[in-house]
Amino acid sequence: MFAYDSVILARMLTSMTLVFHIIFATIGAGVPLLICAAEYVGIRKRDPKYVLLARRWTRGYVIIVAVGVVTGTAIGLQLFLLWPTFMQIAGHVIGLPLFMETFAFFFEAIFLGAYIYTWDRFKGRYTHWYLSLPVVIGGGMSAVFITTVNAFMNTPQGFTLDGRTITSVDPIMAMLNPATPSKVFHVLTSSYMTSGAILAAITAFFILKYGNNTYYKKALKLTMIITLIFSIFTAIAGDTSAKFLANYQPEKLAAAEWHFKTEKGADLILFGRLTEDNEIQGAIHLPKLLSFLSFGDFNSEVTGLDKVDADLIPPLWIHYMFDLMVIFGAFGILISMLFIVFMFWKKRDQYNKWLLRAIVVNAPLAMLAIEFGWIFAEVGRQPWILRGYMRVAEGAISSPYVHYVFAAFLILYVLLGTFVTLVLVRLYKKNPIQKEWEMRFPDTLFGGDQK
Amino acid sequence: MSYEILGLSALWFFLFAYLIIASIDFGAGFFAYYALQTKKDHILNRLIARYLSPVWEITNVFFIFFFYGLAFFFPDAGYYFGSAMLIPGSIVLLLIGIRGSFYAFENYGSRKSKLYTFLYGASGLFIPAAIATGLTISEGGFLRHENGSVYLRYKELLTNPFSWAVVFLAVVSVLYISAHFLTYYANKAGDEPARKLLRSYALFWAAPQIIASLTAFIFISRQNPAHYNNMLDLWWMFGLSVLFFLIGIYLVYRESHYGLSFICVMLQFFFALLGYGIGHMPYLLYNEIQVTADATLPAMGTALLIAFAGGLLMLIPSLILVMRMFLFDAEYVKGKK
Repeated sequence: MFAYDSVILARMLTSMTLVFHIIFATIGAGVPLLICAAEYVGIRKRDPKYVLLARRWTRGYVIIVAVGVVTGTAIGLQLFLLWPTFMQIAGHVIGLPLFMETFAFFFEAIFLGAYIYTWDRFKGRYTHWYLSLPVVIGGGMSAVFITTVNAFMNTPQGFTLDGRTITSVDPIMAMLNPATPSKVFHVLTSSYMTSGAILAAITAFFILKYGNNTYYKKALKLTMIITLIFSIFTAIAGDTSAKFLANYQPEKLAAAEWHFKTEKGADLILFGRLTEDNEIQGAIHLPKLLSFLSFGDFNSEVTGLDKVDADLIPPLWIHYMFDLMVIFGAFGILISMLFIVFMFWKKRDQYNKWLLRAIVVNAPLAMLAIEFGWIFAEVGRQPWILRGYMRVAEGAISSPYVHYVFAAFLILYVLLGTFVTLVLVRLYKKNPIQKEWEMRFPDTLFGGDQK
Repeated sequence: MSYEILGLSALWFFLFAYLIIASIDFGAGFFAYYALQTKKDHILNRLIARYLSPVWEITNVFFIFFFYGLAFFFPDAGYYFGSAMLIPGSIVLLLIGIRGSFYAFENYGSRKSKLYTFLYGASGLFIPAAIATGLTISEGGFLRHENGSVYLRYKELLTNPFSWAVVFLAVVSVLYISAHFLTYYANKAGDEPARKLLRSYALFWAAPQIIASLTAFIFISRQNPAHYNNMLDLWWMFGLSVLFFLIGIYLVYRESHYGLSFICVMLQFFFALLGYGIGHMPYLLYNEIQVTADATLPAMGTALLIAFAGGLLMLIPSLILVMRMFLFDAEYVKGKK
């Protein structure tokens, strides 16, 4: 019984760390692209307002990274502390990308340090901007490497097992497993989309609060364009992921879609609820759409849960996670597209209050979509930790102390979460944009008009 | 040379590098707190902040590097240490959490708080103490097998004088290394009051440092005679270590060549850790895990080494670049940039 408890607790602690870490990881990987873009546009157009934007974003970003280093170290170590048996097997096969991830982060940290301390230190116009490139690449590569490890847990390959002993290994094949392309694509695009959405939301919030001006307009235009581009890519990546699942992990897709019976021309089911006999009530049925999403053909056959062993069916509540992820993602596309359309369609005002409010709401929704997407991905793999090879219960530690550790980390995350919010708020309150503007551009009013 | 020996050498090197740079960081935290308590903080804090701000994330990565490398070159070691270190490892993580937020709070959010300086200083002593339990456990005799799992014998660990000797050594070494480096750095920055104060710290911690080293050495003979005898065969390495210790202290005492004196401190730890490490062979964890027998498969080992070499090719030039910008840019050190 005690071993079982420690499995549950190990899962809870890992989930808690990941749910917390993913916020910082997403921003950590995504925001450098926006900073890099803003500084580039600023240098290119010789418009110091964009450079100021990059500067101000960087200050907050550094604090997020500081917390991300902490939570990233936590999950990195917890893998070994909570899942020693799993890591013993996985370490033989999938250690390579985790090892390389350290290098990628190292690379990013070195150049981030250089980037934040060298504004105005170089003569060349582009020199400082070049320092942002390794930060973007390092952050992106970290995400790529970590995602291959997660992909490996879903579709393990590249090794041969004899009992509990691994007899041969191909580390490259393990990294480039079938789940890798769609997952990497999805993680990167959604991270850029969400980072864009967050910075856009902050800008929209300030416009609503303090009124509009050129500076905010430029910020909102840049962030909304990036959000739109990457939300479209995210949708494509989501589609790729669904097709991957249909082919390689049909039980996950079937559980997410409450698709009980293998059939041709399968319906896509939105929301609803399950009775005790697994009958679906109150759901929206979109005819044949699941078949289309799975294989690009409205009449293709989609594997249902009837083809899956009863003890290998993932929890069916992931259906809601899946639906919410899709809906929130679609909301992001809609909002950013409306903004861009209004930008060109002179009759409409892209800065109207309701659209700005929607842009503010879009940021938490995008982050929730990422959280729900990960919960769907992880819970949808149950009961496996290494699909087809090792169950979650076999991989965990058995220790009577996990609940203390859980409590300690809960306190740590609550404190870190509170404090990071406070520090960010204080940072920007202490040095508001109006003040920094007057210091840097004494000849103009805040926003860019001549005095 | 076989891939497991190459891998182990790389890991050893990372451990050594972490020992040095993390000690500087941890010790600086303690000195910052101590200076605040004794109302000398105005002398030290600017210097410490100037050195630490650009490098702290890098310090942390060295740590992750070491344990990832250990666990992937020797997955069984990852399993044993992972199973055993739940509590000490989690303590390290919680303390790293406190430190990480200190940097954000103090350096980026820029507000001084006494409580935070205390937590920052204290965590700098507790983290090495908790990490050092890994070295203690590696001597053998602290693990218990039950129902196919590995458990740490907490009572044994907490009541054994050897484990306390290691903790003592870790803490004292942190302060000793840090004081030496900061003296050198203050001297370079031309900060006379800070240099004087830090020099007195460096001299103060010398005697405890050598006493702690000898104590730990003697206790190994009781905990693990085989390891002790191996180390005795390498007596000249420890002799060199002591020699560099004396030169380093002498130079600081003479108030000259601070850079050279810090190099002597590094060489002191280099030879001590090398003698300790070679004497530890062939076991990573005594009587449980051997270097050759328990290494990962050749394909993985080779891939890791290639990744490692490629990573270094990328990192070393970048590190040199950053160091030239901050640590060794005289203008920056003096605070003019």
